[in-house]
Amino acid sequence: MLTAKEISKAIAGKKTTAAEVLESRLKLIKERDGEIGAFLEVFGETARAGAAAVDRKIAAGGRPGRLAGVPVAIKDNLLYSGHRMTCASRILEGYVAPYTATAVQRLLDEDAVIVGRTNMDEFAMGSSTENSAFKRTRNPANPDCVPGGSSGGSAAAVAAGFCPIALGSDTGGSIRQPAAFCGVYGLRPTYGTVSRHGLTAFASSLDQVGPLASTAEDLQLAFEALAGHDPKDSTSVAPPAAGSRAGAAGLRIGLPKEFFSGDNADEETLSLTKAAAAALERLGARLVEVTLPHVRYAVPAYHVVAASEASSNLGRFDGLRYGFSAPGADLAEVYKKTRGLGFGPEVKRRILLGTCALSAGCHDAYYLKAQKVRTLIKRDFEAAFEKADFIIGPTAPTPAFRFGEKGPDPLAMYLSDFFTVPCSLAGLCGVSAPAGRNAAGLPVGVQLLGRPFSEPVLFELLKALQNG
Amino acid sequence: MTDFEPVIGLEVHAQLKTAAKLFCRCAAGGFDAPANTNICPVCTGQPGALPAANAGAVELAVRAGLALNCRVNEVSVFVRKNYFYPDLPKAYQISQYDLPLCGAGEITIDLKAGGTKKVRVRRAHLEEDAGKLLHSPAGGAQDHTLADFNRSGVPLLEIVSEPDLNSAEEAYSCLTELKLLLQWAGVCGCDMEKGELRCDVNVSLRPRGAATPGYKVEIKNLNSFKAARDAVSYEISRQAAALNNGETVARDTRLWDEKARRTEPMRSKEAACDYRYFPEPDLPPLRVAPELLAGLKSKTGDLPREARARFIRDFALNAYEAGVVASTRELAAYAEACMRHAATIGLGSKPIMNLLGGEFLARVNENRIAPKDLAEKAIRPELLVKTAALASSGKVSASAAKTLFARAWETGRDPQALLEELGLAQVSDPAQLEAWAREAIAARPKAAQDLKAGNERALGPLVGLLMEKSAGKANPRAAGEVIRKILGE
Repeated sequence: MLTAKEISKAIAGKKTTAAEVLESRLKLIKERDGEIGAFLEVFGETARAGAAAVDRKIAAGGRPGRLAGVPVAIKDNLLYSGHRMTCASRILEGYVAPYTATAVQRLLDEDAVIVGRTNMDEFAMGSSTENSAFKRTRNPANPDCVPGGSSGGSAAAVAAGFCPIALGSDTGGSIRQPAAFCGVYGLRPTYGTVSRHGLTAFASSLDQVGPLASTAEDLQLAFEALAGHDPKDSTSVAPPAAGSRAGAAGLRIGLPKEFFSGDNADEETLSLTKAAAAALERLGARLVEVTLPHVRYAVPAYHVVAASEASSNLGRFDGLRYGFSAPGADLAEVYKKTRGLGFGPEVKRRILLGTCALSAGCHDAYYLKAQKVRTLIKRDFEAAFEKADFIIGPTAPTPAFRFGEKGPDPLAMYLSDFFTVPCSLAGLCGVSAPAGRNAAGLPVGVQLLGRPFSEPVLFELLKALQNG
Repeated sequence: MTDFEPVIGLEVHAQLKTAAKLFCRCAAGGFDAPANTNICPVCTGQPGALPAANAGAVELAVRAGLALNCRVNEVSVFVRKNYFYPDLPKAYQISQYDLPLCGAGEITIDLKAGGTKKVRVRRAHLEEDAGKLLHSPAGGAQDHTLADFNRSGVPLLEIVSEPDLNSAEEAYSCLTELKLLLQWAGVCGCDMEKGELRCDVNVSLRPRGAATPGYKVEIKNLNSFKAARDAVSYEISRQAAALNNGETVARDTRLWDEKARRTEPMRSKEAACDYRYFPEPDLPPLRVAPELLAGLKSKTGDLPREARARFIRDFALNAYEAGVVASTRELAAYAEACMRHAATIGLGSKPIMNLLGGEFLARVNENRIAPKDLAEKAIRPELLVKTAALASSGKVSASAAKTLFARAWETGRDPQALLEELGLAQVSDPAQLEAWAREAIAARPKAAQDLKAGNERALGPLVGLLMEKSAGKANPRAAGEVIRKILGE
């Protein structure tokens, strides 16, 4: 299967056409997605029109974009004008995007072809894509296992070869964890480097759009296309300047003792993570021990902050202006029925949790306290980054689990975000890279965390690890 | 009967006069536009839409804050105020709470009994307006409500006073002065009928000399300052009667019923709400650059109170006249330019005021010239002064001065030249006056006889007729003298 880099090069060099590339991928999707279920919708018609437009431009001597003819899938919480977008929720059934997200537009500006929208946990709340209101997505590495989540459809699409690059969103690990489960690369960019304009908000202070890709080079290519200041997103910042260094030599890699001790991850995951660290050491990096004393509070703090913001962000889905609407005798009944029938159980749970955490009697004890913990975790990382340039650890405690394995207790699922949530709270960049497979043949991901805006160096480290 | 003292505070929402809305680029002023034509994904709460603060609105809010003597915070924070209502598309209003743009300030008001009072401003913060709901619209189904989001996201400045007011009259004065300050600062149109200015009033009573009362009644739906005054008066009586009956007054939100002339309790469901405030994560803290603040401060200049005082002190106007010319910053500047120019040619402010308060304002109102356009669209101050000087010196009659002023305004030409060209010069030549006087006497023998017999009231009609015969050019005082002289012979 060609990488994005190879595709755009071949198309620019007129060795193939965007239409040809697209047709081969659409054929594959048609053959295999019935089983995998990565897509909620394939944009066959507009994708073909997009590919044809790229081919016309190149035939006419136009300068090909960096992603010329590269098929890209987008998570179903990103708006693409004229296309449906549901966040895998009944409440947005039938909603057609009236504008295009900046992240999607930047890919289109580089001549990418958007092939479809991918399945996800409803409103990005979940870690297995089981919370989709519409369908199950299977892990291409093992169809009895979940693809992870919430960007499970995007991760599965890349892993199945449906497209070399897909967009996801990461609030508490929703790009990195499914990337690890499916054996692909997934980047959570530094908060602010990729515009959130057109990304349906879950938790605004934590949400980031980012790429999933089959190689480190493609991940970098996608990130470079996505990053850029956007005046429509007031939290957006200028992208980091390109780095000038290469390789892993001389970089200090921190191993937080909290990530490698106790029973936060299973044995095989830990040993594959250590093997990745050892590989980096062989490539010239230096391993150092660091400590993150407050990370054990990260999951509860994350859930309070994320649910609080979600309870506010999801208020707009009221059945009055767009999406699903249930009739009622009066206004209160319209609200209750629309939201009662439109949202799934996990979304309702988080709205209730967040509403409670922000309410007059609880605000200080929950919301404010969680913000304080967030600050402490940020400081933990600042101290750790005095000793280390990057931090390594597992992406998830285990490889992909089986459908229904986490049972009805939501806390069991929440704890699977133990390794990914701290990075989100601290505003770092983080990536999950394939670290091999366990005895059962399931992919395991290794997570590398860097200071804000350290993506250029992070990619060098990633490529060294991939190619060394 | 206990002697109660009213404790009154104000909460005013002023729509800021910006071209664009607070968090998107949609037009902010198009309230006459067809419903839902000035809208976009941001102000209709589409998924994924994000706010971006309008620097122009921030600047207007700062200017308002400076006019209210507020401390302007270099860093302030936007928050979300969460509640569900069909006119609120995001289910939260972006507002400010703990850290408003403008902190403590004060408004000085004149008291009816003489003297002044300082009313403290607690805060003035920026927030977005909601949309408008049309219940049972004409031609529509009776059980339907339509929503128009043209107003959604329009910038508002919410100004909250401390409860420093102690009577309905003081509340009225404070609202009037506040409106003047906002107009003066050029930040708000202040037309209450258009909803550009909205006010709520808090009223409670305490036994005179006692500490702050333990309750507060908020009155909404006040469509004019007069309604506010009436509602406060009503509420003072209602609460006093209750308290004198040994009842307690509940903390409450009430609506003023203009027709019934009384306040009615709002349904408690609407009043009770936990807004779940938290910092708006989509907007970084709002920073007002020190240079911008310093620049705006330096441009603030006189406030209306100072301007009025200066007109009285420097130009010998009376309080009423000072209030007229200092009704807007631009008019005050214009009037001052006129009076300064007049002083250079030895002309006092009286003849200037005669023209300004009369013909000038009549023309401004007739042509709906906005204060900001005065400098461009009104007659140049020198020309107004020249016209006033001609009228004052008796070279033109009062009626001719009006004509001259109109022509000078329309043509922008020198009034002296126009005077000659139009032949409007006042005639004081005795021979010519005598000729007109004899014609007038001949035409009104009865009046002439009466005057001769000592009836002074008969002089008016004779002078009037003379003026007519002179086509308004005769000097009326000289004309009267000539008539007397002829009849006295």
